[in-house]
Amino acid sequence: MTTPGDSAAEIWPLWEVFVRSNRGLSHVHVGSLHAPDETLAVRNARDLYTRRSEGVSVWVVPAAAITTSDPDAKGAFFESPAGKNYRHASYYSKSEGVKHL
Amino acid sequence: MTSTITPDTSAPVAISVEEQQFNDLIEADSRIEPRDWMPEGYRKSLVRQISQHAHSEIIGMQPESNWITRAPSLKRKAILMAKVQDEAGHGLYLYSAAQTLGATRDDMTDALIAGKARYSSIFNYPTPSWADMGSIGWLVDGAAICNQVPLCRASYGPYGRAMVRICKEESFHQRQGFEILLELMQGTEEQRQMAQDSVNRWYWPALMMFGPPDDDSPNSAQSMAWKIKRHSNDELRQRFVNMLVPQAAVLGVTLPDPDLHFNEETQQWDLGEIDWTEFHEVLAGRGPNNAQRLQRRRDAHDEGAWVREAAAAYAHKQSARTEEMAAK
Ligand SMILES: [Fe+2]
Ligand SMILES: [Fe+2]
Repeated sequence: MTTPGDSAAEIWPLWEVFVRSNRGLSHVHVGSLHAPDETLAVRNARDLYTRRSEGVSVWVVPAAAITTSDPDAKGAFFESPAGKNYRHASYYSKSEGVKHL
Repeated sequence: MTSTITPDTSAPVAISVEEQQFNDLIEADSRIEPRDWMPEGYRKSLVRQISQHAHSEIIGMQPESNWITRAPSLKRKAILMAKVQDEAGHGLYLYSAAQTLGATRDDMTDALIAGKARYSSIFNYPTPSWADMGSIGWLVDGAAICNQVPLCRASYGPYGRAMVRICKEESFHQRQGFEILLELMQGTEEQRQMAQDSVNRWYWPALMMFGPPDDDSPNSAQSMAWKIKRHSNDELRQRFVNMLVPQAAVLGVTLPDPDLHFNEETQQWDLGEIDWTEFHEVLAGRGPNNAQRLQRRRDAHDEGAWVREAAAAYAHKQSARTEEMAAK
């Protein structure tokens, strides 16, 4: 499936950029950019997305390498949460008032 | 895939499941993402708006970069460079957002340098004095912020997210401009005169940045129905003027509108007549600097051709080498 923005008409491939804002946190998707190769992609990502020390680490991933769920299959792909509220702690109310639980 | 509704001549005959989904998302104030189905008009109008916006950021670097080598101190030079670099970044965030809609970067660039694409008319005015760096930050970035804050909630996800990043950076732009004017206003009589003269030149063009009056804004209603736009041009312009008046008082500058007065009834500042013929002249390409701005952009593109070619050739060579190694 094609990735938005990653078209054959583009001369340079599209890269998705992920930034870790601090040690101990996950890399978070911040946007995308076009670059001819991974070296320039990671440098462009630094210049474009971390001008104010927004990150301590940057990942660039070729957008074409990302596999996503099929948006047309919405609903069918993600299991219905209906009737499964027992997966959440708030479902269990009898312990109310009991400490440290 | 269409779900047919009982034929009824007064209503549209059928609406596809996808279209219903789109309408529901807009109705629920949710966001549309790149892979979602969307009406062709929605896509087109976003590509137009986002690419024009991107072009404005890119062309917008020129009036200010003009002063980088002549900034009055090293600190001011560093600040100005950081601001101009931010504007380049804003352009890139926005081009990326437009690309998620199927517009290609090259097509957008080509349309701009061929003079077929629009960008904000404000950047076709000249910057003859240092005080203009102050006025641009205070008035032009100020008006941009006013326009852009509601766009952070635009119904198209990538556009809204780009606007969030942009708005975060814009507040520094406006403040540094205000500070330039404030310092000049606290300086010599000549410096105060320079600041006032600059504000006189930028005030009206900045108000025109919000676009034509509501009754003359053809795309607005649809754009608001799609929740791309959240407020009308006149509404945002009014909001901006209400903020400017007390700021001008702090600076000690006069806003060049003799009819500007506080309306006790509406608790707003009523402004005088805007000269829309000037707006249309500049929009039609007959502004003071239209030709120069485009020529400069064209030159930069041509002069950068060898860099793009070299980068592509290097990338090509590298990937060929990697393949060769893998084959061994
Ligand atoms: Fe900007
Ligand atoms: Fe700005």
